[in-house]
Amino acid sequence: MSDLTGLSVSGAREGLAKGDFTSLELTEAHIAAIDAADGLNAFVSKTPDLARERAALSDKRRASGEAGLMEGIPIGVKDLFCTEGVLTTAGSHILDGFEPPYDSTVTANLWREGAVMLGKTNMDEFAMGSSNETSYYGPVLNPWRRPGDNRSLVPGGSSGGSAAAVAARIVPAAIGTDTGGSIRQPAAFTGTVGLKPTYGRCSRWGIVAFASSLDQAGPMARSVRDCAILLRAMAGFDAKDSTSVDTPVPDYEAALTGEVTGLKIGIPAEYKVDGMPGEVERLWQQGVDWLRGAGAEIVDISLPHTRYALPTYYIVAPAEASSNLARYDGVRYGLRVPGERLDDMYEKTRAAGFGAEVKRRVLMGTYVLSAGYYDAYYLKAQKVRTLIKRDFIEAFEKVDAILTPTTPTPAFAVGERVDDPIAMYLNDILTVPANMAGLPGISVPAGLSDDGLPLGLQVLGKAFDEETVLRVGHVLEGAAAFDARPDPWWRAD
Amino acid sequence: MATIQGATGEWEMVIGLEVHAQVTSEAKLFSGAATAFGAEPNTQVSLVDAAMPGMLPVINEQAVAQAVRTGLGLKAKINLTSVFDRKNYFYPDLPQGYQISQFTQPIVGKGVVTLDMPGGERREIGITRLHLEQDAGKSLHDQHPTQTYVDLNRSGIALMEIVSDPDIRSPEEAGVYLRKLRAILRYLGTCDGNMDEGSMRADVNVSMRRPGEDYGTRCEIKNVNSVRFVQQAIEYEAQRQVDILEDGGTIVQETRLFDSNKGTTRTMRTKEDSHDYRYFPDPDLLPLTLTQDYVDEIAKSLPELPDEKKARFVSEFSLPEDDAGVLVAERERAEYFEAVAQGRNAKLAANWVVRDLVGALNKAGRGISETPVSAEALGGLLDLLSDDTISGRIAKDVFEEMFATGKVAAEIVEEKGLKQVTDTGAIESVIDEVLDENTGKVAEYKDGKEKLFGFFVGQVMKKSGGKANPKIVNEILRGKLGD
Repeated sequence: MSDLTGLSVSGAREGLAKGDFTSLELTEAHIAAIDAADGLNAFVSKTPDLARERAALSDKRRASGEAGLMEGIPIGVKDLFCTEGVLTTAGSHILDGFEPPYDSTVTANLWREGAVMLGKTNMDEFAMGSSNETSYYGPVLNPWRRPGDNRSLVPGGSSGGSAAAVAARIVPAAIGTDTGGSIRQPAAFTGTVGLKPTYGRCSRWGIVAFASSLDQAGPMARSVRDCAILLRAMAGFDAKDSTSVDTPVPDYEAALTGEVTGLKIGIPAEYKVDGMPGEVERLWQQGVDWLRGAGAEIVDISLPHTRYALPTYYIVAPAEASSNLARYDGVRYGLRVPGERLDDMYEKTRAAGFGAEVKRRVLMGTYVLSAGYYDAYYLKAQKVRTLIKRDFIEAFEKVDAILTPTTPTPAFAVGERVDDPIAMYLNDILTVPANMAGLPGISVPAGLSDDGLPLGLQVLGKAFDEETVLRVGHVLEGAAAFDARPDPWWRAD
Repeated sequence: MATIQGATGEWEMVIGLEVHAQVTSEAKLFSGAATAFGAEPNTQVSLVDAAMPGMLPVINEQAVAQAVRTGLGLKAKINLTSVFDRKNYFYPDLPQGYQISQFTQPIVGKGVVTLDMPGGERREIGITRLHLEQDAGKSLHDQHPTQTYVDLNRSGIALMEIVSDPDIRSPEEAGVYLRKLRAILRYLGTCDGNMDEGSMRADVNVSMRRPGEDYGTRCEIKNVNSVRFVQQAIEYEAQRQVDILEDGGTIVQETRLFDSNKGTTRTMRTKEDSHDYRYFPDPDLLPLTLTQDYVDEIAKSLPELPDEKKARFVSEFSLPEDDAGVLVAERERAEYFEAVAQGRNAKLAANWVVRDLVGALNKAGRGISETPVSAEALGGLLDLLSDDTISGRIAKDVFEEMFATGKVAAEIVEEKGLKQVTDTGAIESVIDEVLDENTGKVAEYKDGKEKLFGFFVGQVMKKSGGKANPKIVNEILRGKLGD
């Protein structure tokens, strides 16, 4: 592998600006790295020709004196983002052959800022999963393995392909989406940085919908700074998304001052969940010590409704999903399995097109919205959601940011939890509350578990205060100085 | 109140209507696609209307303003916060797999429509609510032997569903209600009311009860698309239910279809097979919030509506209630009348518009917008009548000619030499001729057979080709006959 594949976004930006290499060279290096990493199964579609074409155009723009925020930097794009003329599957069989005639607002923003697409990354089907094992295109493997143990581990999910690609250094950065932890959890499992912005910060237009009130796009990279650079290029008000918020997008890099002196950091008692391994607790305490050492004030806080967040999430998200996925009916695009009659066609198409986890969630969602159950489940869940939001509002009257672990455990083995949905769902117990409240959160790699796997710390912030989240994350990153790397077992060259 | 006399006693009809009115708007409810009627299939479909992955709805402000305007016209409460819900069901012409509608929190609440029944009775029909929703596309089953085609041009078009209270008591009232509602919508410019093009459709709820007792079980007849069909459907359905009840049976709550060929209704689905629509608030849309200032601003732009206009015509022009009612039934007709009445005798103008113009248009099967006689032209005719240039009888002929040719009155009168003769000398000589030719009748008249006076007038008019001024004829004739 050439040195170019190890570059961060900011490093690539610098090298391109200085003329050390061209976007085409940088892109070619990553195309080769991706080809050599097929064993990870991180991509559903590779788009090398398109990448070369766009890289060449980027080099021309730069030559003519134009350069966007992401000019010439190649990235991976989760296959949930619609990309014009490029197969978009959402990790599902039911979108077979679907090539959207449009780009999502977020990808369009990135292309406008000069980013180059390397391909579409693998993911849990319709973003439903925490291990990337529900993809129709097969599981993504985590570049990390336990030292001395050849068993494959999951990269987390649902943005597992993006996380694995970033961790394996076959892309400088990638974008993902986070509905219940789908950016932060895989970032934690792969030793990378993942940021879920405030709900409404990035447009949802053109992103295949999972749960509309929770979905949010965000950056995944190997440093907090890189996430800051990407977020600025992705974010912004979009009149095509009624839930997008019209507020200025700041220069997030400017927030990376390295300073947290005087900031109040909340430590929520309720995040110390039952059975949390000692290594995770110890890392959390380490994070507390780092921030205190950097001059932050540590404040014990309470988020009393935390334990209801996960069950509530598993009512709200499937309810919305059951309705959002109704459009995949075999009538207009994607898979169609012919049937005798209309209902027959619907049933055959959806039976063949959706995997088990998607079916499970569509069934759950349909159930909780059904007459006679709506009040007990969906309506109740909405009320609890309001309480969860209120917990955060009250907490943020006392603190500037909240520090928690990202996940209760490090990455687990492929196949280990596929038959136990509840155990799988419990993965998201620490990430889901931020989605329920619409708040920004970042996962920063902070250390290794006892068996040598990455663990992440999560920083949550106030709505539209990604700057504080990034600032605190940046300080943690510096303190942790996480420089462990997976052994490149997947490399085919 | 219409009752049906059964062997066991009287039955009273209880009717409620849900009218789906297409909002007059250039764009669809949640997309920018066009809404023109009659376009080639699937040419007015945006990515949102086709429910492509990742597409999101954005509310069309014009449709919101139209709904508020309609609510104000129905004297209804405008809800400053309303919520869009998803109504979930599968059908090929419903691309999203759900219809965006308003379920628990509609944009418009309780209102009222006043009906003037023939015979002078006034009935108030309560409006339960009005909400905004998307139309579905259209399934075409007759284009291919085994397959169904789908046209999404209508998919996502903005509809107002206007729900009445169960206050309607007869097919006749249902007809008057629908016409009145249509008139209000057209006055407001919020729906063109064109039932042929599907701009207005009604779901009809019918139940029967013993007068004064509690409501019975109702059946809903879906998607009836003309006033006449609504009335036929009610007639049939009421009798069907009475027959069942009289036989000791019970009404099964169900959705029924109207067969316009047979004039009957038949079961579409029973309550047991009814859909569970799994309504829930659409997470792609925030609650719709309006300010009172916004509503007040729309209220200021409201036109004079039929009820107010009618009251003004009665008080300002002393028109009979019935004539005023005919004039205000359509906004264009009322405007036409006011243009004719401007600076003229309003009662005369009303008479001509109500009897002659509307009569001729109805006969020709035309609407007021297609009249060959403009308000200005009719005014010109009335002017000739008022200044005695032509007689009332001639005026009717001239009007007929105007209607047939589109010419103005003065031109016809000139061409055909229809000017009234007011020259007393000329009239006198005609009278003399008539009296000379009828000496016998003159004698009879003088002997007391006074009824013959009309005969002499008739003869004079005939001889003058109808052009003699009747008043002058009368005067001179009376003098000659020695009255």
